Amino acid sequence: MRIITGNDLATGDVVWWTGQYWSRHVSEAIDVGADGEKIAHREEAALRVNIPYVVDAEPGPNGPVLKHIKEQIRASGPTVRPDLAIEAPDPNVGSYVI
Amino acid sequence: MYRYDTYDQAVVDTRVDEFRDQVARRIAGSLSEDQFKPLRLKNGLYLQLHAYMLRVAVPYGTMNAKQMRTLAHIARTYDRGYGHFTTRQNMQFNWIKLEQAPDILALLATVQMHAIQTSGESIRNISADQFAGAAADEVCDPRAWAELIRQFTTFHPEFSYLPRKFKIGLTASDNDRAAIKLHDVGLQVRKAEDGTMGFRVFVGGGMGRTPFVATLVRDFLPAHQICTYLEAILRVWNRHGRRDNIHKQRIKILVHDLGGEEFSRQVEAEFEQMLPLGDDMPLAEYDRIAAYFTPPAFEQGLDDTLDLSDPRFAAWVNRNVSAHKQPGYAIATISLKPVGGIPGDISADQMEVIADLAEKYSFDDIRPTHVQNVVLPHVRKADLYAVWQALDAAGMGADNVDLLGDIIACPGLDYCSLANARSIPVAQKLSERFADPARQLDIGELKLKISGCINACGHHHAGHIGILGVDKKGTENFQLLLGGSGAEDASLGKIVGPGFTEDGVVDAIERAVEKYRAVREPGERFLDTYRRIGVEPFKEAIYG
Repeated sequence: MRIITGNDLATGDVVWWTGQYWSRHVSEAIDVGADGEKIAHREEAALRVNIPYVVDAEPGPNGPVLKHIKEQIRASGPTVRPDLAIEAPDPNVGSYVI
Repeated sequence: MYRYDTYDQAVVDTRVDEFRDQVARRIAGSLSEDQFKPLRLKNGLYLQLHAYMLRVAVPYGTMNAKQMRTLAHIARTYDRGYGHFTTRQNMQFNWIKLEQAPDILALLATVQMHAIQTSGESIRNISADQFAGAAADEVCDPRAWAELIRQFTTFHPEFSYLPRKFKIGLTASDNDRAAIKLHDVGLQVRKAEDGTMGFRVFVGGGMGRTPFVATLVRDFLPAHQICTYLEAILRVWNRHGRRDNIHKQRIKILVHDLGGEEFSRQVEAEFEQMLPLGDDMPLAEYDRIAAYFTPPAFEQGLDDTLDLSDPRFAAWVNRNVSAHKQPGYAIATISLKPVGGIPGDISADQMEVIADLAEKYSFDDIRPTHVQNVVLPHVRKADLYAVWQALDAAGMGADNVDLLGDIIACPGLDYCSLANARSIPVAQKLSERFADPARQLDIGELKLKISGCINACGHHHAGHIGILGVDKKGTENFQLLLGGSGAEDASLGKIVGPGFTEDGVVDAIERAVEKYRAVREPGERFLDTYRRIGVEPFKEAIYG
């Protein structure tokens, strides 16, 4: 699946496209298929997101499972500060293989 | 320390107003991200993995208690209660909101701080010896020169449209605690036999993708000519430096491509042309700045002995306290490397503790170091015990300076959008593996440095043991380097062999350390043994 991420312009928060709004939680991200770039461009032009881009993920029981470690850390927060986590970190961080 | 005059204050205040307007236009959409990015970078504001990151300048690693308390306030009010001291003596905040950045910069300006040119293609914070003004082995306090150079280069046309970042480091001692040979320009203040002050000038050092130890360009430059000489160096770089390839744009590439001799010749030729213009900085300006760096009013006739009956205090003194030029005083290094901790991270509460201690015991003088620790440079020996007790109570009592536990680590993939691997968990695991103080003491001096990517913000090239995190087909992998040094005997570490997993690299380092212990000769540090016997014995021990 393909999902869109970016940053909130004013706050810098990492956000994920839910189909209707930008959420802080990757679990709410939807599969945008082939329309990802078009949606990203539209949302950026409308100032609803900053520097959006499409990333690959796999469907999971609790929402998309990001493929690359960098995106997983963006989604969950720094692994060395679980007290600052946005979501519970994926225990498989560091074991991903593209 | 230097105090802003009306011009200095006007510069930072105007810059805040300008950036406030730029931020407003960005949020309103009248500036695109491509237009805004170079502007925010020149005000020290990155967009990192989780949020905007602000890098606050601590010029040549000198600050006072009021400034430290302001950083603590920023950490609490605008961030998440902590900051991070970097390998260039700056402070980083990881959770900044763009809409609040102008307010933060305005607050910094009230205490004579800023974030100007701490990122982007500009001349960055000038770093200096953290023992400046206190060490017995320096010819003068180099910070007055650092401040002069800072003023000269800030917004200077020759330094303003650079193809790439530019870093200057200063020391005034033969013992290089500022890693000057790994800077674009490294300057050592020297005194000639007749007492004339001058600079030994190194150019073309740097780490990152293509590391180089700097080339000696001038062995003795009369000190008052330093600004003209720096401009001559920049003119040669601006004329010939490559702007077509981001990986070739640093001055170290030009020095390497031309060769040290030709580069020096061109600089000297440029310098000779510029000299008749009479643009050398007037000595009166140096004198004006130097007046801010006169030694504190040290008490005379103080007891120069220490009561070391408390073994934990004695252990701390043994590692963290250095000799001061003034009898009865000492230089105290505060380790920000507790066992299992995050190197360089400091909580707002800890910042307040250091501020209080500096005010009470160190003439209000605080020095972040490029090793991500903090120095109190002027502590009476009689007060060291009280200082240590306060630090220990605040979680800053680690007695590991220059030992294996005193690890440099960049923020890595936990924070940085450039990183390929996480550096902090490796640092934590190593810290825990070698937590036993007796073991660290037995190993002796061992400078371990970890970078999460090739950009080398963790200075892995300069580690006696260096670790470079890479992305190996989407997984973290760690290369091991041996034999680097950032001191006056500067050298670049060499990759030993295939990389390791996170746990694997910790085991590999343990094998390397045990090999050193097995073959070392009396008095040899890890680095000395490596240089004596070479890499092969270590390779055999590491890879079997």
